[in-house]
Amino acid sequence: MSKHLIDLEHITKSFGSNVVLDDLNLYIRENEFLTLLGPSGCGKTTTLRLIGGFETPDKGRILFDGIDITNIPPHKRQLNTVFQKYALFTHMNIEDNIAFGLKIKGKTDKYIKDKIEYALKLVNLSGYGKRMPDSLSGGQQQRIAIARAIVNEPKVLLLDEPLGALDLKLRQDMQYELIRMKKELGITFIYVTHDQEEALTMSDTIVVMNQGYIQQIGTPEDIYNEPENAFVADFIGDSNIIDATMIHDKLVSFLGARFDCVDVGFGENKPVDVVLRPEDIILCKPEEGTITGEVTHLIFKGVHYEMEVMTEGYEMLVHSTTMSPVGTKVGIKVDPFNIQIMHKPESEDEEAVGVEE
Amino acid sequence: MKNKAKLLAAPYSVWAIAFILIPLAMIFYYGLTDRSGAFTFENIISITTAEHSKALILSLFLSLISTVICLLLGYPLAMVLTKIGRNSHSLIVFIFILPMWMNFLLRTLAWQTLLEKTGVINNILNILGLPSLNIINTSYAIVLGMVYNFLPFMVLPLYNSLTKIDTNVINAAHDLGANDVTTFIKITLPLSVPGIISGVTMVFIPALTTFVISNLLGGSKILLIGNVIEQQFTQASNWNLGSGLSIVLMLFIVVNMIITAVFDKDGEGTML
Repeated sequence: MSKHLIDLEHITKSFGSNVVLDDLNLYIRENEFLTLLGPSGCGKTTTLRLIGGFETPDKGRILFDGIDITNIPPHKRQLNTVFQKYALFTHMNIEDNIAFGLKIKGKTDKYIKDKIEYALKLVNLSGYGKRMPDSLSGGQQQRIAIARAIVNEPKVLLLDEPLGALDLKLRQDMQYELIRMKKELGITFIYVTHDQEEALTMSDTIVVMNQGYIQQIGTPEDIYNEPENAFVADFIGDSNIIDATMIHDKLVSFLGARFDCVDVGFGENKPVDVVLRPEDIILCKPEEGTITGEVTHLIFKGVHYEMEVMTEGYEMLVHSTTMSPVGTKVGIKVDPFNIQIMHKPESEDEEAVGVEE
Repeated sequence: MKNKAKLLAAPYSVWAIAFILIPLAMIFYYGLTDRSGAFTFENIISITTAEHSKALILSLFLSLISTVICLLLGYPLAMVLTKIGRNSHSLIVFIFILPMWMNFLLRTLAWQTLLEKTGVINNILNILGLPSLNIINTSYAIVLGMVYNFLPFMVLPLYNSLTKIDTNVINAAHDLGANDVTTFIKITLPLSVPGIISGVTMVFIPALTTFVISNLLGGSKILLIGNVIEQQFTQASNWNLGSGLSIVLMLFIVVNMIITAVFDKDGEGTML
């Protein structure tokens, strides 16, 4: 694995009496697309602003390439930021916006001109140099903001919910654009979002945060398939989180029945949480299911039907391409490897918290 | 719906016609006629006489100086007000605009009392064994009065336009390598131009047309164009000449307003 580029060590940050980050430890590897994901108020933007230099931590230090940059002001850091709502200089045209950082560094006119051309081409906006920011659409302004940052050849690009203000279709297009740019530039991206789909689509590594704590770090596949706690399971995609008892290795009991699973090492007769993804639940004839239930809600979602099945007093969310009308008695079964077992949270702090957005 | 809006505007229309349009028409009528009612440019041309042009030039000069001082004092103040936390700024702004609620005349009279030869300031200076300050009835006192009275009109538009600058735009400039000075010159200052223009207008025009400040703090020795016009109406009873000079003064105001309109298209600086 490539080396650490940024290390956050024991970072604590509070605003007034509100502790936003509490003893946060995180490293970011060179050339990685890392996403800080969490609900609003989880500390993800503060973490990004600490890296960018717009905030200083109360405790702890930040290393960049092994050098302590905790107290270095933003204009002396080798990284650039793409801000929420673009933050373009509205009194300058696109060229001057992009050239801003280069002019300060005293680059030659020829160099600046080439760079502007290259950057506009990278963001697919060649020929827009003389336009004013106000005359561009939101998506175009966002791409200019990216161009303005990357011409400075930062080692790290920080992106603070850059797609938040765009509509759905444009957001999806921009996700692919960002992945392409990342590959072309070969630099580290640190991306902040509350949109789990965005995070899953683009990231190499996702850091799920809640209430100032890191909940889980992993690849999109890890985070989605093997959430470490109920918060992550709930925040990433839809899920059913059910109280269960681990009978012994590879056997778990919930909703009044025993299910085979693949997890080991949780002990015997221990209370655990079980995560079932709605798309992993198989509806069948009542006599074929491990448990049975009755369909109580049915919504057509385009790609699939979303159903709620009442079973043993639990309303289970199910996604399926085949429809079962409301009132149908169904059997429910789950493949053993689709049953995800998690430890019960040990303290109140770790309890899954309602997602605000 | 539209008719209702028109109906609501009716009282204002009557007001505007009675107290703005008719007086304006009368000024033009008097300004372009002589005492017998015959058409003439005489009243307007009289601005070129030594006495009148001296008053106009002094007015322009003193208002310009006051405006510059207001800008130099007001800009840092507006920046401080902007930077002070969003929570406490309402109190600070309140304290700042509190004096504005007191009568303008009263405040100017207060300065007269303060600055008098045997006034409060000189008494204190005497007690401390310092030389007296003799600026009452000079241009300095007039400038002081103008700056004191009109500073809020500079600060508020500036404050308005500064608070409208997204902090992330400032952060972006730092992020791209600009230090505080560069950021101020290249970003903050240009983005606050609408506020500067509004502030300058809102200080310059009242300063240019004032006659109360010059009366109270300048004695009768220093005549501004406002005093000359006032005297034509109140003492010389020459409404024609007074109106003619008013038209000249209006010309300066119109030019100023055109400049404002060009630079402050959104009118953001004037929204108090």
